[in-house]
Amino acid sequence: MSDVASRVKAIIVDKLGVEETEVTNTASFTNDLGADSLDTVELIMEFEKEFGISIPDDQAEKISTVGDAVSYIEANAK
Amino acid sequence: MELKRVVVTGLGAVTPIGNDVKTSWQNAIDGVSGAGPITQFDASKFKTQFACEVKDFDPGKYFDRKELRKADRYTQLAVAASEESIADAGLDFEKVNQDRVGVIVSAGIGGIKTFEEEVANYFTHIELGPKFNPFFIPKMISDIASGLISMRHGLRGPNFGTVSACASSTHSAISAFDIIRLGKADVMIAGGAEAAIAISGVGGFNALTALSTRNDSPETASRPFSASRDGFVMGEGAACLVLEELEHALARGAKIYAEIVGGGMSADAYHLTASHPEGLGAKLVMRNALQDANMDPSEIDYINVHGTSTPVGDPSEIKAIKEVFGDHAYNMNISSTKSMTGHLLGAAGAVEAIFSTLAVQNDIVPPTINFTEGDEDPEIDYKLNLTFNKAQKREVRAALSNTFGFGGHNACVIVKKFKK
Repeated sequence: MSDVASRVKAIIVDKLGVEETEVTNTASFTNDLGADSLDTVELIMEFEKEFGISIPDDQAEKISTVGDAVSYIEANAK
Repeated sequence: MELKRVVVTGLGAVTPIGNDVKTSWQNAIDGVSGAGPITQFDASKFKTQFACEVKDFDPGKYFDRKELRKADRYTQLAVAASEESIADAGLDFEKVNQDRVGVIVSAGIGGIKTFEEEVANYFTHIELGPKFNPFFIPKMISDIASGLISMRHGLRGPNFGTVSACASSTHSAISAFDIIRLGKADVMIAGGAEAAIAISGVGGFNALTALSTRNDSPETASRPFSASRDGFVMGEGAACLVLEELEHALARGAKIYAEIVGGGMSADAYHLTASHPEGLGAKLVMRNALQDANMDPSEIDYINVHGTSTPVGDPSEIKAIKEVFGDHAYNMNISSTKSMTGHLLGAAGAVEAIFSTLAVQNDIVPPTINFTEGDEDPEIDYKLNLTFNKAQKREVRAALSNTFGFGGHNACVIVKKFKK
């Protein structure tokens, strides 16, 4: 697992109160991990803080799974 | 329309002198102080470095990890107190009509710690632009405890918070009492919660010179009616009373602590923070409560005063009591339980309504601690029984509880022994 992936997963485990084993690449925040729309907004914000990036709203809307988040951050983090 | 009778059927509290009602009450009777050095932030550069904190509180008993992050400490404390009160009342929400159960659990300030954290976070990550947590607002606002308690139990009756600074949760109790006696609900969870032992809370009250700065002796700092008093000691915590329409309570065989018989409300219309020196609003609020209860002053045996241990507030309340009660003032017991709990701000009224209820039920008056012989203030009449230092056993037919808030808001409830 890449460094980005492990940091992303740690945030998800912490914020959504889920088990690490549930946080697979294909897991959807809302369908699989019990997040509502506000939880998802909070996750995006936590990713921004953790990786020092700003994720525009139109990009944030496309991030719905753990894998989406990891790919976006790997491509955009400094 | 005939007004319905309202009784107290459940109590819950998390206070600086106990994490439930039983412990808090026992410590109040034993004269235990809840004060100590501030542990919630580094207060070493503050004028006041101590407070009455709640100790060893475990919010994990009430919230899972995900939900816990969405609740400010004041809401966590409110939920704990409400759960105790509901269990104590023996309420089974599968057997009562939840459309007729409401919640008014208020805060004077609300989520001040959340506000601090979010604003600090904004400045820490300012390079990313304005970033705020989506739970910031719902976590901070001072009505959210009432909302959250309703969600946990599906309580769809009247639901809101009352905001009147340090009188907030007395207004909760009065509003709940009114709602039930007007027939708008059968059961109301009424109370208050506060958690303002924070950088901005202590710093803000320090700037007002409202807090005691007796850093070398936290336990004796809250000393209402002593000449050497130098301000209040900030407390935190929550308390809830289950108020219930009498017939509803009798029908389900509920235990009844006491009856709520009157509520008074008034304003000083005088100053932002100081109480009126002649106790104008305080006199009015006690008279309003007595009139509402249709009681003569001579029927009151105990007053749980606002008595915060400030130089200006204490003597004006005493003046007001003497005027309203006349000669009977010398027959009553008067005490300030803030000498032990500190001042719980928006939760003070609910904690003190509980102590008043238990005084009526158990015929014992909790003390005003920290008075020493020779520390008399010429402004205060010591022929009154201020219940110094030791609890006193006596018949308590009815008790009156005063609270006054910044802005000049005054609220007062009367609790009476229940007789069918």
